Amino acid sequence: MTGFLQNTFNGLVSGAFYALLALGLAVIFGMLRVVNFAHGAFYMLGAFGAYVLLTEAGVPFWAALVIMPLGLALLGMALERAFIHRLTRLDPLYNFLLTFGLTLILQDLVKLRYGVQSSPYETPSALSGSVDFGLFDFPTYRVFILGFAVAVCVGVWWALTRTRVGMVVRASTERPELTRAFGINVGRWVTPVFGFGIGLAGLAGVLAAPMRAVNPLMGADLIIVVFAVVVIGGLGSIFGSVAAGFGIGLVQAWGEAYLSAFPIVSQTIVFIVMAVVLLWRPAGLFGREEAPA
Amino acid sequence: MLRIENLSAWYGEAQVLREVGLEVKAGEVVTLVGRNGAGKSTLLRCVMGLHGGQRGTVELDGKDVGKLPAYKRARLGLGWVPDDRGSYATLTVTENLTLPPTVGPDPWSLERVYEAFPALYERRDSAATMLSGGEQQMLALARVLRMGARLLLCDEPTEGLSPLLVQQVGDLLREAKKHGVTVLLVEQNLHFATGVADRHYLLAEGRIAEAMDNSEVRSRERELLSYLGI
Repeated sequence: MTGFLQNTFNGLVSGAFYALLALGLAVIFGMLRVVNFAHGAFYMLGAFGAYVLLTEAGVPFWAALVIMPLGLALLGMALERAFIHRLTRLDPLYNFLLTFGLTLILQDLVKLRYGVQSSPYETPSALSGSVDFGLFDFPTYRVFILGFAVAVCVGVWWALTRTRVGMVVRASTERPELTRAFGINVGRWVTPVFGFGIGLAGLAGVLAAPMRAVNPLMGADLIIVVFAVVVIGGLGSIFGSVAAGFGIGLVQAWGEAYLSAFPIVSQTIVFIVMAVVLLWRPAGLFGREEAPA
Repeated sequence: MLRIENLSAWYGEAQVLREVGLEVKAGEVVTLVGRNGAGKSTLLRCVMGLHGGQRGTVELDGKDVGKLPAYKRARLGLGWVPDDRGSYATLTVTENLTLPPTVGPDPWSLERVYEAFPALYERRDSAATMLSGGEQQMLALARVLRMGARLLLCDEPTEGLSPLLVQQVGDLLREAKKHGVTVLLVEQNLHFATGVADRHYLLAEGRIAEAMDNSEVRSRERELLSYLGI
């Protein structure tokens, strides 16, 4: 029982990262119809930025948790204005080429300056140690990540469901063309939403720094699973991306724990789940077929 | 109110509209009839600014709106009622109604909408796509009336509805007309069209083939139904 609870907790922590990254991808895809292959690179920049701020300027974790998401959101908005918005009327192949190319550039810029080795980032002292849950202990930092990610997801959910801006974003994400026909300047919301999605990736990166190896390829390793999460949840579905994020975190943790005798299955379980979901529901668990304007 | 001149439209290489010209005066209800694929919905999309490949003039109140994006046209008073009803699954019924800004001098209040459509009031907190087809059609019409749109662009609002609901859609359009709202309506149901409209255009192979009044449509109903393949 203790082992199951620990695995479940670990799965939820992994799921928290997937949820934050998938949430950003979902809002970006929903509003721009652009699949942002550079999302993993921004996650890496979040972690690396926190590392550089700490080692070169002495900026602590808590400040990095604010500075990096905001800084990356601004960078994302600048990139959207300069490049991304040109993709919306083009073949999706250009979307892939630009955002994948951006990934390679960002990764190589970091590699040029800091090399490819992993850099350690110390857990903030207030979050070191562990929490006693009775049946098992769990690292305080991981408990913090889970609580923080859930709070962010709930906050985003509240903003999306209880505010006028959230209503416009939901409508624009679901049917951008139709929303324009109802007098709403969807384009005005595109840049801030792109920046918001990138900011969430940066936030996940800062949270990852103390518990994952900080290196230029850390985003590339994770993003493949995050894309599977987004597809399972339903491309563009905000709720689906969060639910699938936590769900896949759990499936992966349980698979690694209980299917270790079948490494082929345990290592590919995310993609097996994706294939089954797509066969059952081609638009994903919470996705819908594209509707016309 | 609405004047279209030499409007041509394409889907890729295929030309769908060929130098269409028509006029809808303020307060009129005018229908576009034609076979499937004649270009009726494309014409409405061109007026709304939702179709990319087009050439020609679209004037609203004497102002050329052909270069304006869809959201600016809506703010000038165009109300879009798409053929799929345009319900948002992620928005409640109330949110579907309050999403568009008010754009005209006489927008319906939410209370007035709910008074006129008690079924929508009862389902006000449900996702709009959970409504029946008829309720979603009422929602689509109520939404543009709440906007205060002055010119409604309605794409087959009676398609798939029961006779009782068709009658309700007709009552609603007549009520809107009474309050000075103008309507350009794509419609295959000739009986319905003659009951609500003042004039009719027959669109054939992307061109305006004929302009007819109600008496002409009624006298040629059998011939027209046969032509439309109904």
